[in-house]
Amino acid sequence: MLRIENLDVFHGDAQALDDVSLEIDEGAIVAIVGANGAGKTSLIRTIAGMLRPARGRIAFRDTDITGWESYRVCNLGIGQVAEGRQVFPTLSVAENLDVGAMLPRARGAQTANLQRVFGLFPVLAERLAQPAGTLSGGEQQMLAIGRCLMGAPELVMFDEPSLGLAPAVVQQLLRTIRDLNREGLTCVLVEQNVAVSLKLAAHAYVLENGRITLAGPGEELLADDRVRRAYLGL
Amino acid sequence: MIARMLDGVPGRGLAVLAGLLAVLLAAPWVANDYVLTVLIIVLYSAYTGQAWNVMMGFAGQLSLGHAIYVGLGGYAAAALYVHFGVAPWLGLVAAVAIAAACGAVIGFLAFRFGVGGVYFAILTIAFAEFARIGFDHFRWVGASSGFFLPVANYTRNDLWNLRGDPTMFYYVMLALTVAAFAICHVLLKSRIGYYWQAIREDEVAARSLGIDTFRYKMYAIVLSAGMTAVAGVFFAFYYNNLFPEQVFHISRSIEMILGPIIGGIGTLFGPLVGALLLTGLSEAMQELLTALRLDVPGAKQVFYGLCLLVVVMALPGGVWPWVAGKLGLTGPRS
Repeated sequence: MLRIENLDVFHGDAQALDDVSLEIDEGAIVAIVGANGAGKTSLIRTIAGMLRPARGRIAFRDTDITGWESYRVCNLGIGQVAEGRQVFPTLSVAENLDVGAMLPRARGAQTANLQRVFGLFPVLAERLAQPAGTLSGGEQQMLAIGRCLMGAPELVMFDEPSLGLAPAVVQQLLRTIRDLNREGLTCVLVEQNVAVSLKLAAHAYVLENGRITLAGPGEELLADDRVRRAYLGL
Repeated sequence: MIARMLDGVPGRGLAVLAGLLAVLLAAPWVANDYVLTVLIIVLYSAYTGQAWNVMMGFAGQLSLGHAIYVGLGGYAAAALYVHFGVAPWLGLVAAVAIAAACGAVIGFLAFRFGVGGVYFAILTIAFAEFARIGFDHFRWVGASSGFFLPVANYTRNDLWNLRGDPTMFYYVMLALTVAAFAICHVLLKSRIGYYWQAIREDEVAARSLGIDTFRYKMYAIVLSAGMTAVAGVFFAFYYNNLFPEQVFHISRSIEMILGPIIGGIGTLFGPLVGALLLTGLSEAMQELLTALRLDVPGAKQVFYGLCLLVVVMALPGGVWPWVAGKLGLTGPRS
């Protein structure tokens, strides 16, 4: 569904991604794990059209989207839930969802998308008029995901969805991501919570200093000695 | 849209709005010339504040050089009138086009090359200063010695040529203010308004949701510049003179933004409430000082400073959201 070939990305002089190639199959959950500063967020932002690659090619289905502006990439069906729950704090929950629903591709299906979001996160329906900034951390993450789903994406990239959330909330979120995947949503999961995300993922990539150093089925990487030592402390 | 389901301005809010409009419409019959002049200044500040609010309050782009659009608009319409006899309402079209084009240039330079925040504000100041110095040497419109519109003895109001008594100017300014208010109300409830607010709140998040932030920021600056130019045309024909040192000066830009800041940035009523408070209170203070036979130069500026200080410290969201909340007039953000 998404194919990335030989991607080089720079922040000024510093190289963020070095010859990264990967493939994401339709309907899969793909995990990208790695330490802080390994280039995970740069990878997501490059796919989303918010960073321009110096070299390489990004293709979604049969469309070459290398160098596309982010609004065009989004409208193709590639959504992202950015790191740090970036809800619009003074806008109400309803208005946040509205902004997500205004993507051209999603304008016809607003009611259905809204039903789906309320089905996943009933708490959002109870808080419609509340400013998003007053929600709890977990609720804000639900809103960020719900807002993204209002844009009717076919592939969603989750950047550290569990960051700063209580363990029980994290479990619930990961369950939601798994449910969404079962409904047919292709998911890219970037997580520091390596053990959980590898368990969830059909396929996983390990990113180190901007390079992909390991790749394989999630369960297989979970059993790999190098992964266990570096990321699981075993 | 989902947020529509929550709509519904309380009846009280509509009643207050209707009452306010009635008072403003009736004002010329009861007010003397002095009060009418003050009211014109209030409406003028409310209008320009609203125009600035489109950029900063809605879209989050801080302009500290809005005087440039007042000046360009005023000079364009005045020059067309004086040199070619073009009526101000036609000159207005040219004025708006020129100011909007200038806004587009500033916006393009800033937004295309990622100039944001404080640096953007400095860029707007720089352009206003360029204009001031440029017009100081622009002989065709009088350069630094000023540009004057002919003041004929008129026996009746000539709305088409904007020649007349204060009552006529008052109604023109009232109509402009109401129109600006209506436009902003509609825009805020439409897609463009939501996109602006999303950009204001978090530009990266806005981009990640597929908003073409460049395009919507351009819309904001072009609209804001065009609206401000209309005020410039009014300014030129009301005061009948234009001096670069005066219209383009940074203190004009600052005065323009005090109203919305004190009234409530990003709210519809903020600019009007701020203009009423600032102009009303500062005029009252001037009267008081005169009655006490005190001559304090700069008292107005000190007063503005104090108002700003009090509001920033006590009501950072502005006076209007606080008042509206207390009276239960509107929702939290209208």
